[in-house]
Amino acid sequence: MSKPKLAIYWASSCGGCDISILDIEEKILAVVDFFDLVFWPCAMDIKYDDVRAMEDKSITLTLFNGAIRTSENYELAELLRQKSVVLVAFGSCAGEGCIPALANFFNKDSILDYVYHKSPSLANGGGVEPQPEVQVPEGTITIPKFWNTVRSLDQVVEVDYYIPGCPPQSDQIVNAVMAVIDILQNNKPLPPKGTVLGATDKSCCDECPRERNIKKIKAFTRPFAKVTDPNLCLMEQGIVCLGPATRSGCGAKCVKAGMPCRGCYGLPSNINDQGAKMVSALASVIDSTDPEEIEQIINTIPDPLGTFYRFSMAGSLLRRVQV
Amino acid sequence: MSFEPRIVGFLCNWCSYTGADLAGTARMHYPPNVTSIRVMCSGRVDPAFILDAFRRGADGVLICGCHPGDCHYIEGNYKCMRRMPLTQLLLQQLGIDRNRMRLEWVSASEGGRFQEVITEFTEQIRALGPLKLHDYNFDPNAEEVHQHV
Repeated sequence: MSKPKLAIYWASSCGGCDISILDIEEKILAVVDFFDLVFWPCAMDIKYDDVRAMEDKSITLTLFNGAIRTSENYELAELLRQKSVVLVAFGSCAGEGCIPALANFFNKDSILDYVYHKSPSLANGGGVEPQPEVQVPEGTITIPKFWNTVRSLDQVVEVDYYIPGCPPQSDQIVNAVMAVIDILQNNKPLPPKGTVLGATDKSCCDECPRERNIKKIKAFTRPFAKVTDPNLCLMEQGIVCLGPATRSGCGAKCVKAGMPCRGCYGLPSNINDQGAKMVSALASVIDSTDPEEIEQIINTIPDPLGTFYRFSMAGSLLRRVQV
Repeated sequence: MSFEPRIVGFLCNWCSYTGADLAGTARMHYPPNVTSIRVMCSGRVDPAFILDAFRRGADGVLICGCHPGDCHYIEGNYKCMRRMPLTQLLLQQLGIDRNRMRLEWVSASEGGRFQEVITEFTEQIRALGPLKLHDYNFDPNAEEVHQHV
């Protein structure tokens, strides 16, 4: 019997997800032992046409990382959906946009204008901008089209499962992949569609070892501006920590290292917008009942939008800034 | 056709909803643009409700609760009082005019005040015009979407 096939693809991403797959160390041998790795542009030389030539539903499992921001990303998302039995949105980008979706604070024109005309480190004498199609003596050259809005994978194709994280933690990848192998080997039923694998359903605070008391905050500060108590809740010390609005599963690594949670594991299933949840969480720790003082305290929060939606803009309720 | 604002009003059960009732039983006239949603407390209004209302087509969102100090649950309206300016800040950053959202205190006996608030807020939203969320839905037929690579 032929082995089940595995594909790994990166769309608009940094490559960190691919690295975290390699970081599962010797377990990668069990993966390639069980699966036939048919497509992994980051690690092997293979052309899109090879994927196009595959039969529909011939890939058992596709781990798709990266957001959808160009026509190429979309084409591959559609193609892999067509060829795969199980499509997993792997990592925060595919799940809810992650860092690439910060582009949704702007629009296509302002991004291209900044990058090709205004960026201080630029030497673009002719004011050249990339064109989707260019005629040269040898023929027509095309590059993918750049979208106005970055999308998560499930906004453009149907997604079966999610593995959150930026990147997903290696031990969680091992758990998820081993669970898939177990299911396939022993003919077990697949989990219900939409299940989040490799994470729990509680908030990051659930895994946080720091001591929690009643929080009363008069001013917020940024992590570098303060020497923090290593055993006390960071929020209690006036540092904006996204723990209350973030899914656990990472082992609370950042908070253990003295940095506030930035929200990369995305939303727990009981909330539908990370930013809105953070507004609630922060509002309940502000120690004031005077509107003017409240305003002053709120103004000490640096960039609420960028902080609350650092990893979830594309997947948030409004999906983008209205510009 | 002229623009009629669609406004979602979250009214607290103990004060503002009763205040709205009073305005009704007293036959006070006010614009019919507000869809009232009764919540047990203004502190129950999660900022996600507000974002969701805008996402689903509201042009404005009004939150009414008991006057500070009068909350049936002692401090629910203070929670609301702290949430709303931060929500407005977020809305502003999201490119939605912060004046599309308003927090007002209306007690059970203030039917007249409810009438005033609704009238004024409806006019304010009418002046701001309809809220259009652009590029929200993914359109697989859009020109930028396809390119053979």
